[in-house]
Amino acid sequence: MNFASKQTAPQSSQPTCLPWPREIVDRTGWLAFAESLAKGERELLSLWGEGSSVHMAVLEQREPRLRILSLECPDGAFPSVARLHIPASRLERAICDLYGLKSEGAPDHRPWLDHGRWGIRQPCGAQEKINSTCDPYEFLPVEGEPFHQIPVGPVHAGIIEPGHFRFSANGETVIRLEERLGFVHKGIDQLMSGASIERAAQIAARVSGDSTVAYSLAFAQAVEAAFDVNVPPRAAYLRALMAELERLANHFGDVGAICNDAAFALMHAQCGLVRERILREAASCFGHRLMMDRIAPGGVLVDLEREKVAGLYALIEWIELMTPRLIALFGDTTSLQDRTVGTGVVSESLAKQYACGGYVGRASGREFDARKAIGYAPYPQFAFEIGASKECDVDARVWVRFDEIRASLQIVRQILDGAPEGPIIAAWALPEDWTREGAALVEGFRGDIFVWLRIRADGVVQRCHLRDPSWFQWPLLEAAIKDNIVADFPLCNKSFNCSYSGHDL
Amino acid sequence: MQKFLLQGLLRRALTERAPTPDAASMAELGYTLGRTARQKLGRSLSIREVDAGSCNGCELEIHALNNAYYDLERFGMRFVASPRHADVLLVTGPVTKNMREALERTYAATPDPKWVIAVGDCAFDGGVFCESYACVGAVASVVPVDLHIRGCPPDPTTLLKGLIAFVENME
Repeated sequence: MNFASKQTAPQSSQPTCLPWPREIVDRTGWLAFAESLAKGERELLSLWGEGSSVHMAVLEQREPRLRILSLECPDGAFPSVARLHIPASRLERAICDLYGLKSEGAPDHRPWLDHGRWGIRQPCGAQEKINSTCDPYEFLPVEGEPFHQIPVGPVHAGIIEPGHFRFSANGETVIRLEERLGFVHKGIDQLMSGASIERAAQIAARVSGDSTVAYSLAFAQAVEAAFDVNVPPRAAYLRALMAELERLANHFGDVGAICNDAAFALMHAQCGLVRERILREAASCFGHRLMMDRIAPGGVLVDLEREKVAGLYALIEWIELMTPRLIALFGDTTSLQDRTVGTGVVSESLAKQYACGGYVGRASGREFDARKAIGYAPYPQFAFEIGASKECDVDARVWVRFDEIRASLQIVRQILDGAPEGPIIAAWALPEDWTREGAALVEGFRGDIFVWLRIRADGVVQRCHLRDPSWFQWPLLEAAIKDNIVADFPLCNKSFNCSYSGHDL
Repeated sequence: MQKFLLQGLLRRALTERAPTPDAASMAELGYTLGRTARQKLGRSLSIREVDAGSCNGCELEIHALNNAYYDLERFGMRFVASPRHADVLLVTGPVTKNMREALERTYAATPDPKWVIAVGDCAFDGGVFCESYACVGAVASVVPVDLHIRGCPPDPTTLLKGLIAFVENME
């Protein structure tokens, strides 16, 4: 019950956001930040709208690592960041679709999430009723040599999420891939606004099912930052345990699926076993295979029973035994290497420009991991090595995942060895004095998940922005497939495994 | 690779037969399902999965049906890549408005006789997304649904049980 102990009522005109400040800037200040992004002095973390203002989160090279900037735009327009720094483009298009705020001078004004099917425009801004049932969409032109187009989706051949890919190919070679997303847009921004903390946590856990633990953790950390809640040490350990189990399950699932897309079913079958055993252990320890709704602001809702620890040790030992075998199977199969090496290259400069997180960034030389860079509890207590590569191809992304598997195994061991006893959730109550803001950056299996929220004193969420790492990975997939053959697309796509749901919100 | 292949030959199958404490025996489920599917569909049931806005949680568990522990194919059921090849559409998600037409067209592209199984709480009534401007809600409000398999997400055993219930009640 230590809320409000460190906080004083906001005095100045600057808002109070924790743990990183939010500053109100004018147009000149806004553009200065956009220019510094373009020069590579800072990295863009997110860009989002709220009422008649826009917010931008940037990653600094020094402390504080994160800054949030806000620009009032009473006339409904703001200077485009994308004009100077293209990674902002889709975020700006989404802001325009949802909030009706126009980005002045933006290179691309086409709608992004809005397909003209909602019956309204600007659902989170000044709503306008429309009668249309579908907007036309103009894909980017392709000129030159004879080529053909291949439209794929939104319903894909596998058991995967929906999205549309437009390939322009010359023979077998892809000249351009253009993605069209937004098919699984569920209106999460609007559902979050006005929700209680409890309900908002449920929604956050369902932004992207494969990252449910990471999203719950990010949401909880942002609420805890806003209300200055201290999480008990045992809860922090259990959260990390769930997060690492989720990471392991996803990496094994994906490594298998990548190999399966190169028609190497043996690896898929073996990795599937590991994934299944992790999920079963998760269900046995925490009561849910994906560990959904197990993390709440203040701590965790399920304790790890003492008798379950042995099962987790056994699981980790078995995975430690299996991993080198799987690595050998992957690395020694030359027909598989033939498909993965040199395929789907993402240049280091692009990864840096897009501040691309997760294994996609790490396989292209950008070694950012929120567990280290932000160092939220309990990770600073653990020794682990983050994988990295500069090979930039599908193969590198698989190897980085193997590195991450090793790191997660190291972490889980340290958690099991050193988890302290004690309460699993902090008793905390709403201070009922003034509106608070909090933010968090959490490393999901796919990359860093950013959350910023504002909660009223009565516990109603005013605005909650959730930014999936996929926002900065999807555009790089378009670059990765260029000059590859169409048949290698599934391989490239799976090596990224971007989230549709997390991106479309 | 040889080691894995050799092990695969020598080791007992991982596919489960033993009953689990809280669910009917998987083997028993398998037997019933296999027999009925064989009777009614001549050994095969082709399933096309359609994500109509799910968070991907349901897809992960549907995927798990293909792993060696559940091995859905031993029951004559398999996932196919096109609705044109399908008997059953397995639909997940709160049917986003942006996916509605795609779902309708997928349904239209599935040859008769066809059935729809709605998987997950979102597909049942929109789940946590039911009040959204961007979601239609229940799958049943877009295409006729023959069976709901509830859960958020339903685990693979629940999915198997649902598929069995479905085959048994098929007319």
